[in-house]
Amino acid sequence: MSAQTADQPWLARTGEPMLEIANLSVFYGNIAAVQDLSLDVRKGEIVTVVGSNGAGKSTTLRTISGLIKPRKGTITFQGDQIQGKKGNEVVRRGICHSPEGRRIFPRMTVDENLDLGAFLQNDKAAVAAERDRVLELFPRLAERINQKAGTMSGGEQQMLAVGRAMMGNPTLLLLDEPSMGLAPILVDLIFDTIEKIRDQGTTILLVEQNALAALRIADYAYVMESGHLKLEGDAKQLSRDDAIVRAYLGG
Amino acid sequence: MAEAAESRSSRAVKDLILRYLGSSLLVLAIIWLLANFVADPGRSFTVLFQGLGNGALYALIALGYTLVYGIIELINFAHGDLFMLGSVFSGIIVVNIFGATTNTPRNWGILLVSIVLVMVMCGFINLLVERLAYRRLRRAPKLASLITAVGVSFIFQWWGQQSWMTGSTPKQWPQVVPNGGITIGSVTLAWTVMLVIAVTIPLLVLLQWIVTRTRQGRAMRATAQDQDAAMLMGIDVDRTIAFTFALGGAMAGAAGMLYLETIGTTFYGVGFQLGLIAFTAAVLGGIGNLPGAVIGGVLIGVAQAFNDGGPYGLHQQWSQTFIFAILILLMVFKPEGILGNPTVEKV
Ligand SMILES: Nc1ncnc2c1ncn2[C@@H]1O[C@H](COP(=O)(O)OP(=O)(O)OP(=O)(O)O)[C@@H](O)[C@H]1O
Ligand SMILES: [Mg+2]
Repeated sequence: MSAQTADQPWLARTGEPMLEIANLSVFYGNIAAVQDLSLDVRKGEIVTVVGSNGAGKSTTLRTISGLIKPRKGTITFQGDQIQGKKGNEVVRRGICHSPEGRRIFPRMTVDENLDLGAFLQNDKAAVAAERDRVLELFPRLAERINQKAGTMSGGEQQMLAVGRAMMGNPTLLLLDEPSMGLAPILVDLIFDTIEKIRDQGTTILLVEQNALAALRIADYAYVMESGHLKLEGDAKQLSRDDAIVRAYLGG
Repeated sequence: MAEAAESRSSRAVKDLILRYLGSSLLVLAIIWLLANFVADPGRSFTVLFQGLGNGALYALIALGYTLVYGIIELINFAHGDLFMLGSVFSGIIVVNIFGATTNTPRNWGILLVSIVLVMVMCGFINLLVERLAYRRLRRAPKLASLITAVGVSFIFQWWGQQSWMTGSTPKQWPQVVPNGGITIGSVTLAWTVMLVIAVTIPLLVLLQWIVTRTRQGRAMRATAQDQDAAMLMGIDVDRTIAFTFALGGAMAGAAGMLYLETIGTTFYGVGFQLGLIAFTAAVLGGIGNLPGAVIGGVLIGVAQAFNDGGPYGLHQQWSQTFIFAILILLMVFKPEGILGNPTVEKV
């Protein structure tokens, strides 16, 4: 059932590999959350990981970011193995993560949250430019710049979480359900924004419940189910395959 | 519907009564303070100054409780005992090693060097304990680190009991700071209190600057709010927590030195009592809140001084009762403390 690129040349991906995950297994105590997962992300792509609740999508992102240590497998980023490294070291290498549940700093202002996103950036001018870019993509954040983040609406907090991750000027941006809790019109906006971020040169690994919308903007897609990789392939082709859509994507 | 409305209105009445009672208690306390000043102004100002000195000491210790609680929600039961170690170290360094026993300019220089040494030692000890004991318990149930803190407290007390520290009885060291002070009319401003205040204020300013203005302070505040998110910002959470322990330990060390210069004796159990009072101060001010710890410390110091030495005080035998009565009353009327967050934000 799986659509392999190797023997299906029309699915061939062109970019050079940036992130390669091989045979990754992650456990919470004795519970396997991710098992034998292999996936890769190439430079300039939007890659999406979709799947039902509890499939292990967030766990995968948290493992890449160094918040959880995997039991098995390797994560290679730009040629270096990063599995089991501490979170701050992963950020230093250029991976920024907008986590599930937003996790903004509630008692700090929007401004301070954005500043923290650039915690490791030393180039003041570059940070200011990045900040302008974020505020241009999310004008709402500019309006609320001095508001305490915890008092903002869920959707505004979501924008802040994405904007904060962008402030780290990442090579690879991990987005965990950026459309969660957003009004339909804002969902379109955030997906447009994600495409814009990619077009400006950031590679993106996107986890989404909103599978069809994610497939629409993604270049390549992985489908997970209860910790296992079920399917992978060109995002547009997957979204056109009715059987697949019915079986896995809630279409 | 009617029932709900009724219970709502009865809750409103209860709130009103509580607020009324609380305010009248506050007014009574102020009247009591003023009465002291009317009855004997000279003595009252002397007592007030003493109280500020004690309060500054409590505040320095309370900051260590509040810093650590603020960042990992641990009530560090061993913190008072770290203060005790600091007081013993100062005796050993100032008197036994440097031989400074009298009020000379050279000895004041030694005092200055020693306070830095003691702060570094206590900061380092606290950092070491965090590294060895609390760090690996960070993801364990809260009770595990709490009980570990109690264990560390016993270890510190055992350490203090060694014969080269204080032994099992109070030990006296000569003080560099002279007795007495400046007398203006009937008001005496003690030298020891002046030293305490002169050291405490710059330390408070320095701490506030670190926490609000520096990169390290930003890392501390972010870590306090969400450790995982802080890590995703590239903050070294382990190092930030260790730094916080070192900072709290240094404050306890400074307090230990100032205590010994004020009182002249110390012993292994002194950390328990003063630690408990300082913890009370931290809770009173709103645990986790730095200015709150200072306000709580000064409040308790002044209230205690008036109770112990004021014209209308209940005198020293009621000292502890008085302090903890204040704590209980405040917890009834304002459970979050003076500057605490009224609602706990947890996502
Ligand atoms: N801290 C934890 N402790 C124990 N089990 C966990 C923990 N976090 C996640 N799990 C389990 O791991 C599995 C994968 O969880 P994960 O959060 O990765 O799923 P997900 O694909 O992101 O789901 P969703 O779409 O609902 O966010 C789930 O079965 C979940 O119950
Ligand atoms: Mg998830």
